[in-house]
Amino acid sequence: MSATPGILTKQQREALVDPLINNNPIALQILGICSALAVTTKMETAVVMSIGLTVVTAFSNLVISLMRNYIPASIRIVVQLTVIASLVIVTDQVLKAFVFDVSKQLSVFVGLIITNCIVMGRAEAYAMANPPAASFLDGIGNGLGYSLVLISVAFIRELFGSGKLFGVSILPLTTEGGWYTSNGLMLLAPGAFFLIGTFIWALRTWKPEQIEAE
Amino acid sequence: MSQPTTSYTVAFAGGVCLICSLFVSGAAVALKDKQDANKVLDKQKKVLSVAGLIEEGASPDAAEVDRIFAERISARIINMQAKKEIDDPSFDVKAYDPVKAAKDPAQSFAVTPNKAKVGRVPNRQVVYCVKQGESCEQYIIPVEGKGLWSTMYGFLSLEPDLNTVRGITFYAHGETPGLGGEIDNPNWKAGWKGRRIYAADGAVALKVKKGKAGDAASDPHGIDGLSGATLTTNGVSYLVDFWLGDAGFRPYLNTLKSGSAG
Repeated sequence: MSATPGILTKQQREALVDPLINNNPIALQILGICSALAVTTKMETAVVMSIGLTVVTAFSNLVISLMRNYIPASIRIVVQLTVIASLVIVTDQVLKAFVFDVSKQLSVFVGLIITNCIVMGRAEAYAMANPPAASFLDGIGNGLGYSLVLISVAFIRELFGSGKLFGVSILPLTTEGGWYTSNGLMLLAPGAFFLIGTFIWALRTWKPEQIEAE
Repeated sequence: MSQPTTSYTVAFAGGVCLICSLFVSGAAVALKDKQDANKVLDKQKKVLSVAGLIEEGASPDAAEVDRIFAERISARIINMQAKKEIDDPSFDVKAYDPVKAAKDPAQSFAVTPNKAKVGRVPNRQVVYCVKQGESCEQYIIPVEGKGLWSTMYGFLSLEPDLNTVRGITFYAHGETPGLGGEIDNPNWKAGWKGRRIYAADGAVALKVKKGKAGDAASDPHGIDGLSGATLTTNGVSYLVDFWLGDAGFRPYLNTLKSGSAG
């Protein structure tokens, strides 16, 4: 590949853009659902989680791609996990140091990025076979694809569940003297299930090629 | 690549581990001071929020918290063995961590087995007095005890009669979100206000009930139950019983009471 400075090659552009809609990790690959249910009651936690996951996926892809020709095949999964776990622990430490309140709300879910299938899946499926720059972009792209779903779901859940966005009141609640009766379902995990399901349905209606063959 | 030799594989694994561990421990050491400062600040905020001096969930910065602390809070150091207030100007209240002290045999003592499952009590505890001019308008005492999964750490705020609850908050616990974790629910916590700790005979009577408690006038010792969280709320009842009982702060509270009467 001959990467012209400032312009991405076709492969790199595809690595970055494809996971947003065409190959979205949540909607098409159905990965990372667990955390998508857990951290989407509020925009703030969803945004921090999205950034955390994007950073971890991008750098784990980069590191693993740099090492890909040296990793002995017999221990490649262990090596990938070690790299991912280290990155996640450091991310968790950074969050605890700089956004303590948010990190308290995210609690175990940052740690659970380690087991988030997106990170491991991309390391194994993409970074092991592609050059560092493209792998890095693939990590960012998949992180953003995850973020896209997470943030849309959090937007709807926080707005209709508690009448707020980023903790700022948008729809004044009846319990606080406003007119909006909050939809409690949105704050529970099933609310996120319905939303993600609707999202996948909408996406597959728009792009029928994503429907799995019967 | 062709099949690597075993020694290459082992060396590679060792190398990866070494680099990763340096990276992780480097980050942990570099960020430790900032994290510790955050924990202290978080605890101070909980003290202020149980006292009603800042709103629940508000996030004032460190300078603001320090200012309110200096203005409204005076910390009393309690010797938990003698159950007496002690005066020690060299004692750094802000940096002192009773939870850590309770784990250190040199700084704590074992107590008789109790339902709150408190094993060791630190030699020194800190009770916060919320100043109103010269006198205290609230006393904030630290409490801890086992819930279902975790030890719950919190603060209980008492009115100057040392019997009526002003508020409660937990600053650290690992109970199930949505069930036991509802001990953080502001609506539930609001139900504590105005309840009384001690019955007429002086025993700790405050308990979390099953189902709804009556209003504070007709049911002075009852707290609303949390559905699906019986074991957690039992833990809450036990920790109130322990820390306001004879092994906890009652002897000290009694000296305060007789002091203010006399």
